[in-house]
Amino acid sequence: MARTGRKTPGLRVLVWLGVILAALTAVLAGGTIAGQASWAPKLALDLEGGTQMILAPKVEGGSDINEQQLNQAVAIIRQRVDGSGVSEAEISTQSGRNVVVSLPGTPSAETRNLIQASADMNFRPVLLNGDGAAVPPESQTPEDQLPKPTAEPANSSDTNWITPEIYKQFEALDCNSAAAEKSERSDPAKPLVTCEPATDKTPAIKYILGPVEVKGSNIVTSSFQLQQGAQGAVTNDWAVNIQFDAEGTAKFKEVTERLNQFYVAAGGESGTDPKSQFAIVLDDQVISAPRSLAVITDGRPQITGGFTEQTAKALSDQLKFGALPISFDIQSEQQISATLGGEQLRMGLLAGLIGLLLVVVYSLFQYRALGFVTIASLVVAGALTYLAIAILGWTENYRLSLAGVAGIIVAIGQTADSFIVYFERIRDELREGRGLVSAVENGWKRAKRTVLASKAVNLLAALVLYFVAVGNVRGFAFTLGLTAIADLLVVFMFTHPTLQLLARTRFFGEGHKFSGLDPERLGAVPLYRGAGRIRTPEDRPVAVRSKNAGAAAEAERRMTIAERRLAEKQEQLAGSSKTSAKENK
Amino acid sequence: MSGFATFGNELYTGKRSYDFVGAKKIWFIIALVGVALSIIIPAAKGGFNLGIEFRGGSEFTVSNVKTTDAAIGEKAVTDVVSGSVPRVANVAGNTMRIQTDKLTDDETLRIKQGLTSAYGVTDNEVTSTFVGPTWGADVTKQALIGLVVFVLLAALLMALYFRTWKMSLSALAGMAVTMFITAGVYALSDFEVTPSAIIGFLTVLSYSLYDTVVVFDKIRENTSGIDASTRRTFGEEVNLAVNQTLVRSINTMMVAILPVGAILFIGAGLLGAGTLRDLSLALFVGILIGTAATIFVAAPMYAWLRQGEPDLVKQARRVEQRRAGAAERAVPASPAKA
Repeated sequence: MARTGRKTPGLRVLVWLGVILAALTAVLAGGTIAGQASWAPKLALDLEGGTQMILAPKVEGGSDINEQQLNQAVAIIRQRVDGSGVSEAEISTQSGRNVVVSLPGTPSAETRNLIQASADMNFRPVLLNGDGAAVPPESQTPEDQLPKPTAEPANSSDTNWITPEIYKQFEALDCNSAAAEKSERSDPAKPLVTCEPATDKTPAIKYILGPVEVKGSNIVTSSFQLQQGAQGAVTNDWAVNIQFDAEGTAKFKEVTERLNQFYVAAGGESGTDPKSQFAIVLDDQVISAPRSLAVITDGRPQITGGFTEQTAKALSDQLKFGALPISFDIQSEQQISATLGGEQLRMGLLAGLIGLLLVVVYSLFQYRALGFVTIASLVVAGALTYLAIAILGWTENYRLSLAGVAGIIVAIGQTADSFIVYFERIRDELREGRGLVSAVENGWKRAKRTVLASKAVNLLAALVLYFVAVGNVRGFAFTLGLTAIADLLVVFMFTHPTLQLLARTRFFGEGHKFSGLDPERLGAVPLYRGAGRIRTPEDRPVAVRSKNAGAAAEAERRMTIAERRLAEKQEQLAGSSKTSAKENK
Repeated sequence: MSGFATFGNELYTGKRSYDFVGAKKIWFIIALVGVALSIIIPAAKGGFNLGIEFRGGSEFTVSNVKTTDAAIGEKAVTDVVSGSVPRVANVAGNTMRIQTDKLTDDETLRIKQGLTSAYGVTDNEVTSTFVGPTWGADVTKQALIGLVVFVLLAALLMALYFRTWKMSLSALAGMAVTMFITAGVYALSDFEVTPSAIIGFLTVLSYSLYDTVVVFDKIRENTSGIDASTRRTFGEEVNLAVNQTLVRSINTMMVAILPVGAILFIGAGLLGAGTLRDLSLALFVGILIGTAATIFVAAPMYAWLRQGEPDLVKQARRVEQRRAGAAERAVPASPAKA
């Protein structure tokens, strides 16, 4: 019945489990030392406190939103939230329809309005530009020297738009500090003072811009590609292409005709007249301000100069938002106070601890020393789950929510279930009179199927819940699935190998009263065969065979212990047997 | 404890046996009555007590209040929105919950401030939830999709695993009974139906199936060579299997329900309404019903579905003949089962 190999079965599997655990711990430790991960799992808003908004994007015109548009919507909101100076905001999509924004703390009314607002892109001519930093108050232009309009502005590029107020605003503007976003969009018919935020390569620039000339909705599409040189050869420079609709084409021709004059007048390439630039403005921030090198008559301008593949793609995507004005409806909003969040976490952990304790007590009560195997298995499952959550928090930014905690607590029971199925099978085998070593092997063979099937049901449920769950209950499905996998690993790699080892110890193997596998207590009483020797379960098949050869062996296989008892009883009644085994009560 | 092990032994050997299969009519009637009541009672009561996620509206939770006077909260709301009829309740310890109709952003912020000063707490202790009017429909739709997808996939999985439609059907019938009665108890208890409760509910379905899979595995094992055997009829084999797994069923149920009970107690007793409580009530009820449904509905139903099969009818006849023969040989202790 025992395994063929002379090596202790199970030991190697246990070593492998140890290797897995050590590897996971090492990964997490590495991440922590590198300062990217942390030992504690990341917490979701409902435990940490904060605001979660679920937004439904609305495309102008009421058409359904597709996945690409949804991703753009996320990008828009991310930009807005980052721009408003809120750190650690998380923006994700949900169920392919909604955008979930999670912010620490309570957002200001401005941030809230900003998040909901429709994307707003347009093209404005540049009137003046300057270094992104604010001009110190002492060196600001004195009141009497401020530029004053001399006439009504003739077109959008006319510097007569610059009033003293606007100029003062321009000087005071500091593009290097994250300015609180305005909740209201600028008036397209008026000049605008704004910034082009600093990037990795370029410093921040501030601008005074003329009124809107071309609207983002006039963009049909945008793409990016490697620029072609004069001979048609592909160069290493990236370029962004825009395609305007008919209205946009006409307007853009008009704009470039005017702007190109400034460009030519200023001396072409070497010129620096800001008025030759047109600014692409998204949500009142300049995302690019190229100079007009030529008159564009076909509505297909190309923007070049210093792009990398990433920056070209980013600009191209942003231009696409301009073609797609998305606004957002707040579907649900939760502001959870840090007090409540902390309390929920405490209570959740307390509930988990009590639940665990109850399971431990029950296991020990039901399975005695075997209960310790359950507890150890739960500890291993817990360690695996914990490591997985912490590592996922690092790599996938997974955050543990209250529902997630509930999932883990519920999983305590479901994990212990697999052990019960297994242990009961072993007991069944013992009741059939097998020795412990073979009972463990046979019980495992039967329990394995059941455990696999039942875990498949659990995983199926977790998957379905995960993919259709709304709101923040998704965390529950996630931890439920995660723990189901951890449980499988533990049953296969810890519980079973451990039992294989324990089956060979005297305490368990000889069925100590407190082992939980005491054959006597399980009714597998060795039959007294009158030879003055109590047959140990181990040598039972031999004993039977020696006594009753073939037929008995067949009967043996067919009979459950019930029949065997019955048969004995009948035998006993017929007076053919002196003693029967002591009856169980 | 030793009593329980002995109990297990006796169930295993058949010395002690409960007639789950034989008395199936009674169980089926009880289950049907339970299902009927679970449909009638909520209908008569006017449906479920839907949570704010389904109704739309605003909800505020104020922790660590100095006083639990509901009137203060009502006034704080009506000061901002006159004519509003807020629902104010002391949900746990010193936590107040205030639910209102749909509010505008501005009203939400003002009421939040009003509640902060009315209950003498800091800003940090007021939690607010706003649910838009279309959200509930969305949540409901998702929940229904989840339910349908799960049942379909579960049916497929069962069919693949058991390879016999009668077993699959019985397992699903047990799940359906669990589903209806759990929903009925939820309606009866007047607990709010929230997305958390729905998730708990769907988890119950998985538990119910899981439990059935384990028991059916044993039934399949016991009945694998039934054609060649004359010891027991098919129904008796099924019944023995259920008895043999009874200790497992009870232990599994206990172990599953203990942590859930801990959440329920903590969730309901100390925290008031919330994710933990909603989730755990559905689970608590569902695990109890699910375990019972396997034993009293799914297994007997499987025996019942198959008992008319010609092979099994013949086999049953052979069993009877053998027993009759055995009785004629006049053995005092009749082998008939309890």
